[in-house]
Amino acid sequence: MPFVSPEDFAKQKVAAVQDYSILSWQAVSAIFSRPRYWADIYTQMDSIGVGSMPIIVLTGFFTGCVLALQSATSLKAFGAISMTGNLVALSMVKELGPVLTGLMVSGRNAAGMASELGSMKVTEQIDAMRALGTDPVRKLVTPRLYATIFMLFFLTIVADAVGIAGGALVSVTLLGLNASSYFHASYRALEYADIVQGLTKPLFSAFIIATVGCYFGMNTKGGTQGVGRSTTQAVVISSVFIIVVDFLVSRAMIGIFGR
Amino acid sequence: MAEQLVHVEPLTAEPGGSGPVVIFEHVSIAFDRKTVLDDVSFSVDHGETRIILGPSGGGKSVLMKLANGLLRPDSGRIEVFGQEVSSMPERELFKLREKIGMVFQESALFDSLSVEDNVAYRLHEDHVPEKEAHERVVEALKFVELEQAINKFPSELSGGMRRRVSIARAIISRPDLILYDSPTGGLDPITSTTIIELVMKQRDVSHTTSLMITHRLQDAFTLAMNRFNPETSRMEPIPKDGVDESTKFLVLNEGKIVFDGTTHELVGSTDPWLRQYLS
Repeated sequence: MPFVSPEDFAKQKVAAVQDYSILSWQAVSAIFSRPRYWADIYTQMDSIGVGSMPIIVLTGFFTGCVLALQSATSLKAFGAISMTGNLVALSMVKELGPVLTGLMVSGRNAAGMASELGSMKVTEQIDAMRALGTDPVRKLVTPRLYATIFMLFFLTIVADAVGIAGGALVSVTLLGLNASSYFHASYRALEYADIVQGLTKPLFSAFIIATVGCYFGMNTKGGTQGVGRSTTQAVVISSVFIIVVDFLVSRAMIGIFGR
Repeated sequence: MAEQLVHVEPLTAEPGGSGPVVIFEHVSIAFDRKTVLDDVSFSVDHGETRIILGPSGGGKSVLMKLANGLLRPDSGRIEVFGQEVSSMPERELFKLREKIGMVFQESALFDSLSVEDNVAYRLHEDHVPEKEAHERVVEALKFVELEQAINKFPSELSGGMRRRVSIARAIISRPDLILYDSPTGGLDPITSTTIIELVMKQRDVSHTTSLMITHRLQDAFTLAMNRFNPETSRMEPIPKDGVDESTKFLVLNEGKIVFDGTTHELVGSTDPWLRQYLS
């Protein structure tokens, strides 16, 4: 691997941020002018939303289960085992639901976008699309961006719901809690600010997943090896971004709502 | 007969006047500080077929992408149909590309679309009614003698069939300029001849201006020394060792033009590098 001077390295990184910003802006703004590719948006909604449902249900459910199981030990020490529903609901809705859904969809779809667009790039299909008079950002990136934003929002709600259900199952069957008191505690624990916080995060996560996945796909170089590299980078960077932005959104929400 | 076939008035009108269709003026481009094209200047007249020859890595494909506005030069000026593509915004380029057909090196067919949808891609983008689009797809596939493959997917086609579908996709909108990027690359000699025959058919029947990259000298000279006979639907040699006057050559080496002229001038060149390249 050739040695890259610090100056060139810095320039490359700044140029990459610039390209990413331009791509993101073009993808967002393309929906406000014609042509709009609604069929592609619905196809992507099906692929991203419905296709991700099994992993989101499984992840959410078992996260809720293990959360109830682990927290019970600590809560028991304080004689507060009845607060299990409270803890599971708050953890799922505010943090684990949005973050885990984001990470799972990132692993599945950011990788899928990067590899699909990357393959199109290295086989000149993106150039062919431009040569045929179609804007590839409008045709490929915008549908993926809006489909991810729309579907991740609902996937997060599903993850929250099945997570709380998983917690209930463990609480009732293994911890001997009353189902009614578990759900009552869960319901009472959640406030408007918690729901807003939990449902704001997937909007940011979805933006990161789609734009990072598409950015690496559209900038793939170097044949099939390059496609593999882009896929890995898309998953790693989108996952890290999701966690960083999760922290920033949490801090902002706590600042706004006080919890 | 040869003159009749070769010197027929163009069927397609050149948008923007009667001057050259493609003009390159002092065009240079570099990637990662490596110069790929260095001060390249040439022009392609209306109805002309320009064959671009040269060793691999000489900048031929880059030149083709520059002509279509897919890349922008670092310096110099490129005009296509009288419009400067080197500084044109991408949105305006999409309009200009409606007049340009392009055949890519590896066909670049869309994997997820059938042959029909690939060929009709541009028509679907223009919201051409489904019935009309289907008829035009069948017509284009008949031109490349591949109408039986209309429902197949690219993965089910051989390399030669993919190139023919790619040609059908390029000509379906009846472009005024066609760019062929190595249409015979990696194909066996028989399939290559079939592809060259299609390029010749497009040249002699529709008189479309075109640029064609090839690595095979045999293909280049077949195109220059043969004509398409519409009556037999086959190519035939131009009598008396004649050459097609509308077919010219451009030879690139290491990013520079080493030859720009007619078939006779190419064959008669005394340039040592060129003689070695052609031998």
